[in-house]
Amino acid sequence: MKKIEAYIRHEAFEPIRAELLDKGFPSLSISEVKGSGRQKGVVETYRGSTLTVNVRPKLKIEVVVEEKDKGLVVETILKHARTGDVGDGKIFVIPVEEAIRIRTGQEGETVLQSHEGDEVTA
Amino acid sequence: MTKKLLWALPVGVVAMLAAPQVALADVIDGESGVLTDSAAINTMWVIVAAVLVMFMQAGFMLLEIGFSRAKNAGTVVAKVLTNFSIAALGFWAVGFAFAFGGDSASGNDLIGSTGYFLQDFGDPLTAFPVMGIFDATVEAKFFFQFVFCAVSLAIVWGTTLERIKYGVYIIYGIIFSTLIYPIGAHWVFGGGWLQSNIGMQDFAGSTAVHLIGATGGLAVLLLLGARKGKYGGDGRPRPIPGHSMPLFGLGVFILWLGWFGFNPGTALGVTDGRFAEIVLVTQLACAAGVLTALMTSRRKQKTIDIGMVGNGAIAALVAITAPSGYVEYWAAPLIGGVAGVLVVYGILAIDKVLDDPVGALSAHGLAGIWGTLSCGIFSSPRLSEYNAFGVTNSEGDFLGGFVYASGLLGKGFNEVPGAAFNIEAFEQLGAQALGVTAAFAFVFTASFATFYVIKKTFGLRVTEDEEEAGLDISEHGMYGYPEQFIPQGEFPGAATSPSAAASAATSVKPARSET
Repeated sequence: MKKIEAYIRHEAFEPIRAELLDKGFPSLSISEVKGSGRQKGVVETYRGSTLTVNVRPKLKIEVVVEEKDKGLVVETILKHARTGDVGDGKIFVIPVEEAIRIRTGQEGETVLQSHEGDEVTA
Repeated sequence: MTKKLLWALPVGVVAMLAAPQVALADVIDGESGVLTDSAAINTMWVIVAAVLVMFMQAGFMLLEIGFSRAKNAGTVVAKVLTNFSIAALGFWAVGFAFAFGGDSASGNDLIGSTGYFLQDFGDPLTAFPVMGIFDATVEAKFFFQFVFCAVSLAIVWGTTLERIKYGVYIIYGIIFSTLIYPIGAHWVFGGGWLQSNIGMQDFAGSTAVHLIGATGGLAVLLLLGARKGKYGGDGRPRPIPGHSMPLFGLGVFILWLGWFGFNPGTALGVTDGRFAEIVLVTQLACAAGVLTALMTSRRKQKTIDIGMVGNGAIAALVAITAPSGYVEYWAAPLIGGVAGVLVVYGILAIDKVLDDPVGALSAHGLAGIWGTLSCGIFSSPRLSEYNAFGVTNSEGDFLGGFVYASGLLGKGFNEVPGAAFNIEAFEQLGAQALGVTAAFAFVFTASFATFYVIKKTFGLRVTEDEEEAGLDISEHGMYGYPEQFIPQGEFPGAATSPSAAASAATSVKPARSET
């Protein structure tokens, strides 16, 4: 199991979410984050003095999938999040040891995404 | 370009003030130099009413801020301050003369031409003929008419939120307050051809103020386009919710309050008691509009949409503006009620094709058209004669709206039983329709041309990145709500706040409780 953690521009999220859902990956989480990278900060001026805000708002997506689905999810994120400019963000892939569904106590890869009927083509 | 304009304004004004001038002699002043009692009390009311209308700027500001996202909140404050000020100087310089001035030599059907800079106009009774019979002083009348111009300008921008370049406000504000509004207003209620020759009725400006503003808004919207993300790939509209319904609500109530200056103030005096009757007409219409908008929203959207209920109030107030001085009490809830239904359907329909964030096209445009036309249905001959504007028959009797002129109510001057389909029954309505069409055509053409030139030279719209970041930071370099966008850690002196301060507080508290 892998957790894919991607820091993206806000506007990239909706198309990514829609395509992942389409491909059978409905389960994901997002959080509003602020971070710094090579993209410049924002300069705020207030009554003549300036304040450089070095972090910019980004969106973090977290998706946990089976090993074999990793490539597909990464491709989807790349496809929609890449504008070619500085500030597109980064993707990290992290190994996951266990997964447990709270409602049933079920464990393992079956709890990750809704693979009902195993119709999902990967 | 913006910079140059900003400098040109004060320089021009100072130059004018330095020019030699004849002292203002208001003939209404008695020989003693003291106003008559009637002039004094009427002047007082006109100023009070004008101040209420001035406060409507705050209403528009809060309404627009509430319907914007938090990243575009601050820019609205700067815009309203700027536009209100530009309109003041522009309307003083030439606007008032174009809108309400007379011209005995060539007639003043198209444009007035006395009272530039409110100077050298001679006898105020002939200089501003349409307001001549009222004895409030010229300064009071000027200020009252100026705040109307400012309201009309404020209405224009409702359609442009969250994506327009700031400089556009300044350029169009100058053109609008010196040319577009004054000419349009002159035609409709400044003694121009629509009012004097056609007999169009527009008491306080459903067309002259609200439709003109909304028409400017339509012109700029067509050239500006929708906000990023408003229409999905399938072309269907997506909601971009505003960030504060409480601010929107405060805006609505301030506007409602302001309308008690807007309509009753247009009576331009108190001694005949008409102003209080117009207060009541205004209130009845607005109340009905809120309730019908609420019911329509519940029926159509399966929910009670807070914004729609508020827009119902605005639409009803806009609609009752034209007929407020011409209709009896019973007609007011009907006019307001129809406006409340109209605005909900209008917003839902317009949203499918045009991105109008506050619903200005419906609340001011459609409701303005309906309000103006409603004079053609409900205007009473009694009040038409009282105001001395409206369509008359060959004997000089005022026909009034359809319900009177057709004889349906049997109360008119024109009691002709069963004459419902007599052409006379529709004459006032026809005058209203012509007035709406002419005002719309003029303002749309002039505004579209102005915005087209602005688009080709200065540009109308911010870049995509700027739109994404929000107009507050991209146009003003600062946020309306800094703490929402700047992490605490980035503020200077962050070491002493907020986590450090929080832990300090917790360590202090027990110590205090021990002592």
